[in-house]
Amino acid sequence: MASLDDLKKRIASVKSTQKITKAMKMVAAAKLRRAQESAEKGRPYSEKMNNVILNLSSGISDKENAPKLLSGSGKDQIHLCVVMTSDRGLCGGFNSNIIKKAKSYFAKLSEEGKELKIITVGSKGNDQLKRVYGDKIISHISFKESKNANYFDAEKVGKIVIEKFEDEEFDVCTIFYNQFKNVITQIPQAQQIIPLNTETSEEDKSDDSYEFEPDEDEILSNLLPKNISTQIFKAMLENSASEQGSRMSAMDNATRNAGEMVDKLTIEYNRSRQAAITKELIEIISGAESL
Amino acid sequence: MSEEFKVEIVNPEKSFLIKEDVSEVIVPAFEGEMGILKDHISIISFLKPGIIKILSKSGDENYYVEDGIVEFKNNNLSILTSSIFNINDLDKSKQQDLLKQAEEEANKPEINDQSKYLVDQKIEVLKSLN
Repeated sequence: MASLDDLKKRIASVKSTQKITKAMKMVAAAKLRRAQESAEKGRPYSEKMNNVILNLSSGISDKENAPKLLSGSGKDQIHLCVVMTSDRGLCGGFNSNIIKKAKSYFAKLSEEGKELKIITVGSKGNDQLKRVYGDKIISHISFKESKNANYFDAEKVGKIVIEKFEDEEFDVCTIFYNQFKNVITQIPQAQQIIPLNTETSEEDKSDDSYEFEPDEDEILSNLLPKNISTQIFKAMLENSASEQGSRMSAMDNATRNAGEMVDKLTIEYNRSRQAAITKELIEIISGAESL
Repeated sequence: MSEEFKVEIVNPEKSFLIKEDVSEVIVPAFEGEMGILKDHISIISFLKPGIIKILSKSGDENYYVEDGIVEFKNNNLSILTSSIFNINDLDKSKQQDLLKQAEEEANKPEINDQSKYLVDQKIEVLKSLN
């Protein structure tokens, strides 16, 4: 059994850990509110953008000559995966959930004999993936300096992706991120952005045709690169909200566990203190009796 | 019959402006300025740098945009843009900043014709604001 002094020290150390986790939880809660707000505010833009593109692509006359970003390169051999994670740890299963999703996708690809290329965004994902897939990672981007997700950063990632596509370095591009549902639930998502999946929404197949100015092709070829940045930006916003939510619940759990531990240790401490007193009493009494 | 329709301006961060009682919107479309009234045919077009004028009963508003897409459908006008400023909020120093940025870009040697055209537009509009 640990001595009284040891127990005292452990209680103190658990208490100070609890203070840290509590502080982190509070910081995450404050950040979460902001991140959640901006994620919700950012949704209309990407939805509208998607709608416009859907309308455009359904109106396009000859699919053969459609921009490559829409129709793909015609092949399905090289897959580029953009795995978006956070730059900081201590946020529960947030990063490992994305990685798990991505890894199962990678395994499926290699089963089918497809070639794999990876871009990691955020250092945590890079750390976890480079052990197994180190040779597949072609680029690593991190936005440690920027505090909040902003459109500039998303545009940077988008440009890299488009450049690589134009150099024919890959055929299909998928992004991995966590979709924010609520504080407790975040759903890891795999979203294909090149070629664009136009069959996803089965909503009103509006038959009223649009007038275009300039013509469809030109609009599409201008719009598609923007859409990629937009989708990436959306993923970044969702991710940052998810990260804070996940951290908040993880830290909440940690604080509660620390509290339980302190209670248990305190009971143990009191018991051994009492045992020591009882022992001393017995010694004194039996000493007096023997006289 | 009311002659009003709805306009919505969205940028990547948030919904920038929603107005329900608009009588006319003039946008700097790619191939020239375009005024949109109620019951316009469905249209999708690009913006070039310029001024968006929103005319409504409650007063006119002017916005400076650098790029974007307009979509008009069922009397809903959506403008998607990543760079928009209310002219009233755009003070002299901010204008100068944007102008300087644009001029720097225009002087880059590797600029292609189309972006050169856009940047020139931008400079022209910014200068006209002063």
